[in-house]
Amino acid sequence: MDAAHAHGYGHGDHAHHPSGILRWIQTTNHKDIGTLYLWFSFSMFLVGGVLALMLRVELFQPGLQVWRPEFFNQLTTMHGLIMVFGAIMPAFVGFANWQIPMMIGAPDMAFARMNNWSFWLLPPAAILLVVSFFVPGGATAAGWTVYAPLSTQMGPGMDLAIFALHIMGASSIMGSINIITTILNMRAPGMTLMKMPLFVWTWLITAYLLIAVMPVLAGAITMILTDRHFGTNFFNAAGGGDPVMFQHIFWFFGHPEVYIMILPAFGIVSQIVPTFARKPLFGYSSMVYATSSIAILSFIVWAHHMFTVGMPATAQLFFMYATMLIAVPTGVKVFNWIATMWKGSMTFETPMLFACGFIFVFSMGGFTGLVLAITPVDIQLQDTYYVVAHFHYVLVAGSLFAIFGGVYYWIPKWTGYMYDETLGKWHFWLSMIFFNITFFPMHFSGLAGMPRRIPDYALQFADFNMISTVGAFGFGLSQLIFLWVVIKCIRGGQKAADQTWEGAEGLEWTLPSPAPYHTFETPPVVK
Amino acid sequence: MTSKLARLFAAAMALTATGIAGANQYNLQPPQSMIARAIYDLHSLIMWIILAIFVVVFGAMTYSIIRHRKSVGHNAEQFHENTMVEIVWTVIPFVILIGMAYPATKTVIAMKDTSNPDLTIKATGYQWKWGYDYLREGISFYSSLATPRDQIEGRAPKSDTYLLEVDNPVVVPVGKKVRIITTANDVIHSWWVPALGIKQDAIPGFVRDTWFKADKPGTYRGQCAELCGKDHGFMPIVVEAVEPEKYAAWVKDQKEKMAKTAAADDPGKSWSLDELKARGEKVYAANCAACHQATGMGVPGAFPALNGSKIATGPKEGHIAVVLNGKPGTAMAAFKHLSDTDIAAVVTYERNAWNNKTGDAVTPADVKALRK
Repeated sequence: MDAAHAHGYGHGDHAHHPSGILRWIQTTNHKDIGTLYLWFSFSMFLVGGVLALMLRVELFQPGLQVWRPEFFNQLTTMHGLIMVFGAIMPAFVGFANWQIPMMIGAPDMAFARMNNWSFWLLPPAAILLVVSFFVPGGATAAGWTVYAPLSTQMGPGMDLAIFALHIMGASSIMGSINIITTILNMRAPGMTLMKMPLFVWTWLITAYLLIAVMPVLAGAITMILTDRHFGTNFFNAAGGGDPVMFQHIFWFFGHPEVYIMILPAFGIVSQIVPTFARKPLFGYSSMVYATSSIAILSFIVWAHHMFTVGMPATAQLFFMYATMLIAVPTGVKVFNWIATMWKGSMTFETPMLFACGFIFVFSMGGFTGLVLAITPVDIQLQDTYYVVAHFHYVLVAGSLFAIFGGVYYWIPKWTGYMYDETLGKWHFWLSMIFFNITFFPMHFSGLAGMPRRIPDYALQFADFNMISTVGAFGFGLSQLIFLWVVIKCIRGGQKAADQTWEGAEGLEWTLPSPAPYHTFETPPVVK
Repeated sequence: MTSKLARLFAAAMALTATGIAGANQYNLQPPQSMIARAIYDLHSLIMWIILAIFVVVFGAMTYSIIRHRKSVGHNAEQFHENTMVEIVWTVIPFVILIGMAYPATKTVIAMKDTSNPDLTIKATGYQWKWGYDYLREGISFYSSLATPRDQIEGRAPKSDTYLLEVDNPVVVPVGKKVRIITTANDVIHSWWVPALGIKQDAIPGFVRDTWFKADKPGTYRGQCAELCGKDHGFMPIVVEAVEPEKYAAWVKDQKEKMAKTAAADDPGKSWSLDELKARGEKVYAANCAACHQATGMGVPGAFPALNGSKIATGPKEGHIAVVLNGKPGTAMAAFKHLSDTDIAAVVTYERNAWNNKTGDAVTPADVKALRK
């Protein structure tokens, strides 16, 4: 070991590692595992994207042309499950693996072998999800929210989805334990909590959310499983159960889940904006407090997803007020980003474009979130395309754009080469334009009364649906540019400097590019 | 293809010329009740507030992006903290939120006030149609999609009310407070009429309520708003609001119709096999064909075939029991809401249609005996 270390940075020391496929199966290295997570996530993103395009094809025109309604419902359900659990969440864990040790000056993650296991649980889960299309009755068609009692009616595809969610949940919990332990115990000397980069802070809070709510989801879907097969009646009114209880349990998981998918995105944007504004992040401590407030509030707003189930006026009012409150810390974050830009010296490389795009488009999702927080308006808009527009503005233009920004920001550190800036800009602008062509008209169709999750629609929605479908194909194809940029960057190009970006601060930029296989074996000292 | 392109182009033009043509494509449907109007106004108010915030916040961001860039020679300042500013931009949004919450609270309370209705209608969600019971008047009927398959599958031109038309609409008097009680037979549905500002989930085993008062006569169309299985998109809701005199006439008419049907279903009546089969075929088309298909072949993997099935060719008691009580844990719902005669007819039909040749004629009395 010592001999290998003596090579120092800049030399690969793969001598004591298996090579080829076994390297990836047995690896306990945080960088390898980060890479695996990111590629897994991108593959699932493509699968989920193809499902989305398949359902947009059916919605291109009114009438049933391509799919049977029951298959259409499978497409919407699996698109949701795969994107949430297969694409967005693992992407952020990939970032955590690559970046957290390098940003806090740790040599690796705290539990290296568990790290390997938490990744390798994911492919079997993904296979269960994809294979469920081919079992009798097809994949689950109960929506990604798998509401009972519809989900108790489903075929064996539902059971496969339940097992997949169990496995992914276990993987998330392990990943979170690892991240929390790493952050709390392995920071370099001198790096106090309030000196941590904001990305690390947001992930610390996210990991706590995950540990708190993934078991809740596991409980909810286990109850569905026993209702389906073992004669229990948790959600069956005829047996003394309550279908609405499922929704309460699901959304007690589901709302924090929404923030699980956006807080690390906030973290990435908070790294990118100061770098390209060449100015320190404005209001660091208020950012930390705002993130924590959002996390705490996320536990007391769940019933705003179910205003139409019929709850007492006092409950509706409580959940409305609590939901509106979330706008305050979220607003603080947006204001802080803009104050960071203010009187900076900005340049607009691809990461900054994605960060600015994020702030702009995510905020539109935030605004519609405020509209939906107002109970009476929500009752009109619940389960319409307005909601579909809203959550795609925060999940695609929010989480996904931040993920893209993060990849462009750190990929020179990962590969040692600069990505193709021109192609990166094309990727940004095409994504941004097609994203809005796809999802902006959905606000209108939702307001005008188009329910979500329908394979066919009344004629007044035809124009907007046609536009959305065209936009969706444009958006989907634009992502191939991203794949091309990443592959090109891995294969070579202009050498990246260690301090890749002029204004970047943080320990990861003190390392060579590409970051050596082992970093910070001797902890750096943070002043 | 050219017409598609032309339509696309027209849609794009319409999008840029917001508000010129078909303004109600871009906003909530024109409100037709007090609550719908309150919701509409609330939404407009919030949109104006949001627009103001949007202009201020993104105005600042755009200004900064244009002026504070390296390429125009702007040097970065290094300020990074200001407690006063943080307090200000925490407190101001909070105050704005209170301004929004106040009118919203009033509307929530108004929406919840279902007391003293003039008329109470129970809406029951079924996979995939609605059943209505006028509690005081004693009127009951089912309301299913009236759009023909030919239009859905593109063999016939689509009508203006495509997918938003039913065989039996809900008829209500204008200006009267109508309380809607919702429940469901199988899974969760949601009873939604946008123009009346009313959406209430229909939950199996539970009863919920809501209300509306239609301002003026008209036909108001809505759809099921909660995913309820394969034909979720095909169970619309149509409410016809009419003058009170017309409503009274409609009630009378419905009662007469029901009395006639009841007389025809006189429990003492004896039915021949062919009569039962003929009636059963209609009941089957209305209730069973969506899943088990008109051919009786079902959908492999999802919905079992009845043609040659063990239940449909085995003892008739078992067959009746499945129709009456459903099969828990599957999509097979209980159909005990159908009359004894209808169930007898449909069971008879299923036992004698396609390749099923049991020759059994199930009588209403058989069904009655098996009801729990």
